[in-house]
Amino acid sequence: MVECSCNTSNEELAKQLDKIIDPYRDKPSGLIQVLTKAQNLVGYLPKWAQVQVAEGLGVSLQDVYGVITFYAFFSLIPRGRHKISVCAGTACYVKGTKMVTKALRDLLDLRPGQTTPDSRFTLEIVRCIGACGLAPAMIIDGKDVHGRLEPELIPELLEQYE
Amino acid sequence: MINLTIDNQKVAVEPGTTILEAAKNTGAKIPTLCYLKDINVVGACRICLVEVEGAKTFIPSCVTPVAEGMVVRTNTPAVIKARKLVLELILSDHPMECLTCLRNQNCELQDLAREFGITEVRFDGAKSEYPIDDSSPAITRDPRKCILCRRCISVCTNVQTVTALCAENRGFETLIAPAFNEKLANMECVQCGQCTLVCPTGAIVERDDTAKVWAAIADPKKHVVVQTAPATRVQLGEALGAEPGSIVTGQMVAGLRRLGFDKVFDTDFAADLTIMEEGNELLQRITTGGTLPMITSCSPGWIKFCEHFYPDLLDNLSTCKSPQQMFGPLVKTYYAQKEGIDPADIYCVSIMPCTAKKYECQRPEMNSSGYQDVDVSLTTRELGRMFRQAGLDVTNLPDEKYDEPLGISTGAGEIFGASGGVMEAALRTVYEVVTGETLENIDFEVCRGITGVKEATVQVGDLSVKVAITNGLGNARKVLDKVRSGEADYHFIEVMACPGGCIGGGGSPIPTNTEVRLKRIEATYTEDERMTLRKSHENPAIIALYDEFLGKPLGHKSHELLHTKYTPRGVNK
Ligand code: SF4
Ligand code: SF4
Ligand code: SF4
Ligand code: FES
Repeated sequence: MVECSCNTSNEELAKQLDKIIDPYRDKPSGLIQVLTKAQNLVGYLPKWAQVQVAEGLGVSLQDVYGVITFYAFFSLIPRGRHKISVCAGTACYVKGTKMVTKALRDLLDLRPGQTTPDSRFTLEIVRCIGACGLAPAMIIDGKDVHGRLEPELIPELLEQYE
Repeated sequence: MINLTIDNQKVAVEPGTTILEAAKNTGAKIPTLCYLKDINVVGACRICLVEVEGAKTFIPSCVTPVAEGMVVRTNTPAVIKARKLVLELILSDHPMECLTCLRNQNCELQDLAREFGITEVRFDGAKSEYPIDDSSPAITRDPRKCILCRRCISVCTNVQTVTALCAENRGFETLIAPAFNEKLANMECVQCGQCTLVCPTGAIVERDDTAKVWAAIADPKKHVVVQTAPATRVQLGEALGAEPGSIVTGQMVAGLRRLGFDKVFDTDFAADLTIMEEGNELLQRITTGGTLPMITSCSPGWIKFCEHFYPDLLDNLSTCKSPQQMFGPLVKTYYAQKEGIDPADIYCVSIMPCTAKKYECQRPEMNSSGYQDVDVSLTTRELGRMFRQAGLDVTNLPDEKYDEPLGISTGAGEIFGASGGVMEAALRTVYEVVTGETLENIDFEVCRGITGVKEATVQVGDLSVKVAITNGLGNARKVLDKVRSGEADYHFIEVMACPGGCIGGGGSPIPTNTEVRLKRIEATYTEDERMTLRKSHENPAIIALYDEFLGKPLGHKSHELLHTKYTPRGVNK
């Protein structure tokens, strides 16, 4: 279902992406600029867009994918409206990173690196966020720190993110 | 010149020389893992650390150029301790399965662990867990054994210009693999195996097919024949401990008989046949206005490369199969009839300096005898392994001769193994066919050597034949782009996928580097000179084959058995 609606708009997006690529055609040095613009256009960098960029700039898909996965700024998956970053620093890990991710999985059927079908949340695992005293902790949308997490508390605290 | 001191010795080197290269003048051996001269100079592994006076930290010597007055120490206790730490960190995320690893006893990481006397690893961190990718018929990847040195990426991207691999993600999650961790079999990977030659560990290796061959030999119903590629006789010795450049033709034949093969034949015979077909194809194209330039088709890695990256040039490829694949169907038709053997019982093994030949023999069109023409293709490395398993001291066996008739060959067939060899062999024959005269000087020196792109114009009667010879796929690209743009007016181009030609193929003994390649090339021409017959069309077994069976070059039977078609594949499909 989700895919169908994507595919129709994909054609339109692909045309627009071609326009972005045009000034950089066969110029491998434009890779990062084109990917940045492509991500702004599509919201993330799906495989079809990566292939289009690779062929447009005359580079290999491996060149493109290597760059995308190196820079945290680029995303391979559609981003949700809210980003949950669960801390896996040592303190959090010991106190229950796994418990937190399991709670999110039970609650939202969401695994690290995924976005919920309703585009509400994207989940990622991050290295220490510096809130060791609050372990286990997570950050939502890069600013709200939630600490001393317990599975029962999570549904309620997510309610404020629509 | 830049003057510096290394381990208290004065050294003068060219500006731009790295500390590592400069230190070679002093006899000091600095360990390396990621460094590969001219190919991979990235400073990734840090095992090559040295102490430089005035520097706050240890310096990676492989990426640091020398400076005037520099004082370097390569082996102080502190340096050795630091290197050991680097090594232990690498090993802390390594499976340590040496006993069951194809690279056991031929592994740079294992060598260093031994040299540093590592008996325990003090770090007990998380270990990377990745599945083995054995999707490809030729190359097996085990990322758990990867030390992230990036040599494979450099060779695949810069030397071969295929770029089937990349470094994905960062930090502990870094993985060397095709994009989206795709299976190698689904990639533009041309199966050339150059990555297996440069990988310091067992993270990228050839698929080992020796078990299939042992099983065939053990099967009393099977008539098992083996063909050996031109390059194997100047390589195999190295796999068994001999010096590079050793020629072990007769010993290899003797060894193969002792392993239990029913007949020991020679791919050199099929190389002579290739020249008969390909030489005539060239003349036909020239005289009838066919597609030119014609490009050789002996190198299956090159064929796959052309199918992916230059599908518009597929008509330029000679329709001739590679010698391996000319040999296969002949064994299961001509030889089977002659000897009264049911072809269903014949098992055809090939020994090749090549990993791509494993892929080639499994291509669906390679069954013109009605059976898979070549049942299994082993690399020189695998044959070395079989000899070791059998406890055969092959390099000390007495010389024996190949079996007749498919073991009779000429020097022209032999030089197929070196870059320029196919061209030279073709010229020896084409000249005499066209002019009807005997060629005075049969050594075409212009064709020889390891230079990436060689060009020449050769006078053949009234015809000035313009030729180009390339080795390594990056060099092929240079010539192909000129063909594509119409800028080049060659008649005939030889392309070999591997640097130096087959003697540097991806199935060669490890190490294979420029120095070793040059020695194997020299040995190849020595073999050529030793042969009584040095022109393919003088091979009596080839003459008999046409008389008794094929009719004439490019005839009906030839087309059925010895010629093939190609498949446009494209990229990112
Ligand atoms: S790659 Fe080398 S060190 Fe690692 S298991 Fe194999 S032989 Fe041992
Ligand atoms: S076999 Fe050749 S093409 Fe394939 S990954 Fe290795 S170097 Fe690249
Ligand atoms: S696969 Fe081998 S060559 Fe490639 S990065 Fe890993 S260790 Fe190095
Ligand atoms: S050999 Fe110098 S950093 Fe790897």
